[in-house]
Amino acid sequence: MTTAAITPQSGVSKFLHFVWSNIKKIPPVYPVFLVLFIVVSFLSPTYSSMNGIMAFLRRTAPLAILAIGQMIVLSSGGFDLSIGSLVTMVCLGSSLLLNNDPANAYPAIGIMMLIGISIGMVNGLVVSYLKVPSFIVTLGMMLLVKGLVLYWVGGAPKGYFTDNWRMWGRGYIENVPVFGRFPIGLIVLIVVGLLIWYLYHRTNFGKQVLAIGDNVRAARLSGVRVNLIRVAAFVTCSILAVIGGVMTGGYGGVNVTIGEGMEMQAIAACVVGGVLLGGGKGNVLNVIFGAYTLEILISMLTLLGLPKPYKDVVQGLIIIGAVAYVAYMARKKR
Amino acid sequence: MTTTTITKKSFREVYRSLHIPPVYYFLIVVFLTSGILDQLYSDGQILSNPLIGMNILVRSVALGIVAIGQTLVIIGGSIDLSVAYLISITSVMSSYVMQGKPENVFKAIVVVFAIGAVVGLVNGLIVTKLRVNPFIATLGTSLILKGIINGTFSNYTGSVPRSFEFFGYERVGSIPVSVIILFLIVIGGWFVLSKTKFGAHLYGVGGNDEVARLSGLRTDRVVIGAHIICSLTAVLTGLFIVSRLRAGAPWVGPDGVYDLESIATVVIGGTLLSGGKGGVWGTLAGVIIFGILDTAFNQLGVNPYLTIVIRGAIVILAVASYTYRSKLQVA
Repeated sequence: MTTAAITPQSGVSKFLHFVWSNIKKIPPVYPVFLVLFIVVSFLSPTYSSMNGIMAFLRRTAPLAILAIGQMIVLSSGGFDLSIGSLVTMVCLGSSLLLNNDPANAYPAIGIMMLIGISIGMVNGLVVSYLKVPSFIVTLGMMLLVKGLVLYWVGGAPKGYFTDNWRMWGRGYIENVPVFGRFPIGLIVLIVVGLLIWYLYHRTNFGKQVLAIGDNVRAARLSGVRVNLIRVAAFVTCSILAVIGGVMTGGYGGVNVTIGEGMEMQAIAACVVGGVLLGGGKGNVLNVIFGAYTLEILISMLTLLGLPKPYKDVVQGLIIIGAVAYVAYMARKKR
Repeated sequence: MTTTTITKKSFREVYRSLHIPPVYYFLIVVFLTSGILDQLYSDGQILSNPLIGMNILVRSVALGIVAIGQTLVIIGGSIDLSVAYLISITSVMSSYVMQGKPENVFKAIVVVFAIGAVVGLVNGLIVTKLRVNPFIATLGTSLILKGIINGTFSNYTGSVPRSFEFFGYERVGSIPVSVIILFLIVIGGWFVLSKTKFGAHLYGVGGNDEVARLSGLRTDRVVIGAHIICSLTAVLTGLFIVSRLRAGAPWVGPDGVYDLESIATVVIGGTLLSGGKGGVWGTLAGVIIFGILDTAFNQLGVNPYLTIVIRGAIVILAVASYTYRSKLQVA
């Protein structure tokens, strides 16, 4: 009734109305990222140079990939808390398998991929067939994988990463027109992002993942093979965790605690990117920007002089705040 | 003649009224298995030395106290993942305030319980008023506590006076004070759950939040209350640990994996993870099972990293042993 009264009459206001209604549809993550980015480039001039931007994109690529994997499990209604341990496993295991010989780089990544896939499969199978909540399964798996890896390598990393292994995380393609140096990690992110975007937004698999996240019973009754899809979601997440692990290790080097807390960062990135916990909603590009927003926020706080441990405090506040905001909006709509 | 039949009958009645959870049979199996393995591959202390039996109980105290609080929260349909860092904060703050002086003990205890109550209140408010999924809410507060503690303290801080060590080391006759306190807490938890209105409301809220609300319960208050109690038990665990270690360190909570293990023992004890069903006696058995495993690993000389693996596997399998028959779909 009131809307009818203020319905625009002239062409100009009609156009403005149209523009505004489209602006309102933009997910909040983009304007937030833009504002933070502008603030950061005022604080530190490196962020306004092309080199600085490329370095930022190189640094955030691993987290973005982990977050995309996490998004798939989250939108199926589950959680995957084991990906941080998976990153640790990839780094420590590879350092052992590489044996300081560049020729071992790709076999090592291949073996890690196989182990990663089997971990994802166990996660999915235990959730599907033993009916254990994914939170418990993946939390247990987090301990299990971490313990096994530390036992395997004997508590400390062995050797170093060879350059061809590290390339994926820290390499650049030099002398690219316009960009200058283009990070290889960003290329991996773009390829993975496009693949998952197609899988998630354009195939039946994506629709079925969202369907079981939204309403398992309805999905089953309409013919979705719930267990198969769930296992596939966990396996996809683990594959991306292995890719992200190779890139994290390549960027950061060998370290026993390298993957610690990455599962929470990935969940935080998803939440900021508008993924609904409990399932039913998600978008690849928004999640990538969720990861960027998280990283730029932390860069900003570092530039402002906040000590490193307080990163966790900010992350905790963001997770709670974002989920509370989504819950509030959902209630308002109803 | 008559007296024996009466005692027999009343014994059976008492036995039935106790509702001994099935986990106690599992407890016996675990105890005998580790005892036999110990007999075969080590010096057989578990079965022959009564001190080891008491040692198992002492090892269970830290986990046991916080697990009772966790039981209450889980019965109420929520969960608390922030206990590990609350334990750390308690241990560091209490020894920081005490600084080895007996006159500061009371002040320190008041401070840490106040911190615990605030953390529990915040957890409860986020879960009930902001409607944030309890897993995420308490993981968030756990991250916040982690950041604060790692930003403020990095090593052993302060110390506790000799008089405070009675909690960790003193004995009454041959029974350690800490074990007595654990049993008092268990009995307290049992009393709250089965003899008070609050306990009955907690089962109602955990079973079906909506029905509880429609039948006139102030469900939010019940959940907040459970969260506060849980945080207070975490504080008590922290005080026990600091009195054992004689100084607080920021890593004691996460190193003990108290968040995951308290949840695991609650679930092993037969409490439903989705709430509404369960009790403290089962949790006690779960805690003692973990204590036995600890002792057995120690006796058999299992690699410390492998014990992490075995514990992770036990958590998953124990939960699976309850859930695999359910028709319910989980995610």
